[in-house]
Amino acid sequence: MSIGSTPMKYRVTIDPARCMKCKRCIENCSYGVFREEGDAIHINSRNCVACHRCLAFCPRDAIEIEEKPGDYRSHPVWTREVREAIFNQAKTGKIVLAGMGNAQPYPIIFDQLVLDACQVTNPSIDPLREPMELRTYIGKKPSSLSLRQLDNGEIQLCTKLTPNLQIETPIMIGHMSYGAISLNAQTALAKAASRAGTFMGTGEGGLHESLYPYQDHMIVQVASGRFGVDINYLERGAAIEIKIGQGAKPGIGGHLPGDKVCADISCTRMIPEGSDAISPAPHHDIYSIEDLKQLVRGLKEATEWKKPVFVKIAAVHNSAAIAAGIARSGADAVVIDGFRGGSGATPRVFRDHVGIPVEAAVASVDAKLRQQGIRNEVSIIASGGIRESADVAKIICLGADAVYIGTSALVAMGCRVCGTCYRGTCAWGIATQKPELVARLDPEVNAVQVENLIHGWTLELAELMGAAGINSIESLRGNRDRLRGYMLDEGLLNVLDVKTVGA
Amino acid sequence: MGEVRINAAGMPYQILNQRIRALVAGGEKEIILDNVLGQRFIGDGIRGEDVTITVNGVPGGDLAMFMSGPTVIVHGNADHAPGNTMDNGKVVIHGSAGDAVAHSMRGGRVYVRDNIGYRGGINMKQYQEKRPILVVGGYARAFLGEYMAGGLVIVLGIDGVTPVSERGVGSGIHGGEIIVRDSIDPACLGGGAEQKKMTNDQKKAIRPILEDFIRTFTLDPEPILSAEYSRIVPASRRPFANKYTWE
Repeated sequence: MSIGSTPMKYRVTIDPARCMKCKRCIENCSYGVFREEGDAIHINSRNCVACHRCLAFCPRDAIEIEEKPGDYRSHPVWTREVREAIFNQAKTGKIVLAGMGNAQPYPIIFDQLVLDACQVTNPSIDPLREPMELRTYIGKKPSSLSLRQLDNGEIQLCTKLTPNLQIETPIMIGHMSYGAISLNAQTALAKAASRAGTFMGTGEGGLHESLYPYQDHMIVQVASGRFGVDINYLERGAAIEIKIGQGAKPGIGGHLPGDKVCADISCTRMIPEGSDAISPAPHHDIYSIEDLKQLVRGLKEATEWKKPVFVKIAAVHNSAAIAAGIARSGADAVVIDGFRGGSGATPRVFRDHVGIPVEAAVASVDAKLRQQGIRNEVSIIASGGIRESADVAKIICLGADAVYIGTSALVAMGCRVCGTCYRGTCAWGIATQKPELVARLDPEVNAVQVENLIHGWTLELAELMGAAGINSIESLRGNRDRLRGYMLDEGLLNVLDVKTVGA
Repeated sequence: MGEVRINAAGMPYQILNQRIRALVAGGEKEIILDNVLGQRFIGDGIRGEDVTITVNGVPGGDLAMFMSGPTVIVHGNADHAPGNTMDNGKVVIHGSAGDAVAHSMRGGRVYVRDNIGYRGGINMKQYQEKRPILVVGGYARAFLGEYMAGGLVIVLGIDGVTPVSERGVGSGIHGGEIIVRDSIDPACLGGGAEQKKMTNDQKKAIRPILEDFIRTFTLDPEPILSAEYSRIVPASRRPFANKYTWE
């Protein structure tokens, strides 16, 4: 007996009283939901992914998308998602490929942490009146300074400082490669990062030449496939990031399918057109922490010790010990990518079940580095599931120096988190390489939107700090006293080193 | 300009590499390093197709990493990963080398007269005119040419040694080719790799490379040029294509 068809994921309807048959839905849907037959617009709801492109461009609000219209018999264990994955695998015998971040309803620690504010005893600060210091330096800080007084009375700094990145707000844009996202999307992010005085990551897809004007605001990534990596690329970046792992798929590599490797991507990644771009699970020149140190130093030697080198790992059980190793490797920053981190394509089983939340990982990394007296050796960059300015404030209180945002920046460009990035037919022109879809994304317009988002969050961050009577991001960092846990268990409160509300 | 010699005895690698870099920037073409003992990253990221660096001694890991153009000649053995992510140029090793030789290499040539360790040529790739070539005179250890996306690895097995007698040869290979003298035990092949007899035309195509290798190390050409060879190539150009189903 065949499994037959399963209930639709979405039902799309057009209200005939409102529809003016402008056919914008047909033009905009890249998944083939709408088609014209004679006079009528026909709908195939099974093709819908709920990307809302049609909804956003319907001038009459005539379209409705209903999620999960056909009910399964409800069951708390045998959820719809579990049953559908079984049907899928029973039919195909393959690994289920998914997109975006973790889709399991795990509790979100951020939402069980609350921030503090001043009342009476310590006056709050109005950012409108007082300067708020949000500028952040990413990189090694000396453990001590040695100073010398010159004959003319001036003080000279004798300590040799290592290069740091100066960011005007502790919000950077994480690594999303050309290949995972379109060149127009990358261009918009690059413009936004440059204007906001911050940085963005290239991902492991090389650096397209049209982005060279923004290279001073780009962190070039070196991952296990080494795509697009040569000495010119390394020299162009403001910093270099070694990607060991990714929160959405800890422990595994990545495969960009050959059909996405068009002429331009082929050139940027330095691989033949149409060939699969396979990033192995480990770097095959890094099989130990000593080997990591070797690559960190190899990159520094290649660029004459002028650039900070970051190491990005997925947040996993032993992140703290791993980060301590990274801090001793000569790296300048460690990026902790939590299990809610996004991805264009990742096996569902990894996306949903491997790794730990960034909140716990950052808190334990910060604590471990402080215990060992090496917190100054590396900056901590938190990424994976940073959704709003409050998350930024909270993760900084837990010990991060700055954050990477990924999905949030894409949402600012129209992404509706439909999670089907891996299909390459993104109707918003973000996660696609189809020229007609890419052309939908205007880099300039979207740069403004992303810059607006960063600006808005930065203003909110300043307000949150002011309310807490803090006028410098330095005083917020690791300041767990400004956090309280709400309904968190004792074990987790201990890991976070945060008191419960009321205490 | 003539040749410049540096006595590397006891010199930390950063200092040595700064000296080399400064000499190259100053227009020197012939640089000879004496008494090298474990200094890493020699030639890392340097450019200049007409520059030759001669290493007398045993260099440390990642020799010629990210290098783009120069020739590095080692009179001795080399540590792990010479030619790592190398872009262009030539590395000649008059001895053996460690693990991950020519890792992720994207252009140029690496010649190793004797043997190499594990993971030789792993993750090599090619693009347009850039086709990296690794030639090994003796044998290679396990995991040779895994995940290769392009390029050419040749293991000659001179003096009758078996080119590779361990597992994982060409696992996940999806481009390029591995050429071995005679053939290897099929049990040594990794997933996604297959071994084929080499045709005369294919053999003719690699002859200039073999001749260059023979010249470089002053070897007896006869046994190398008259030997039979096999090619280890991808069974599929897209080894991961049928692994996934959409959510």
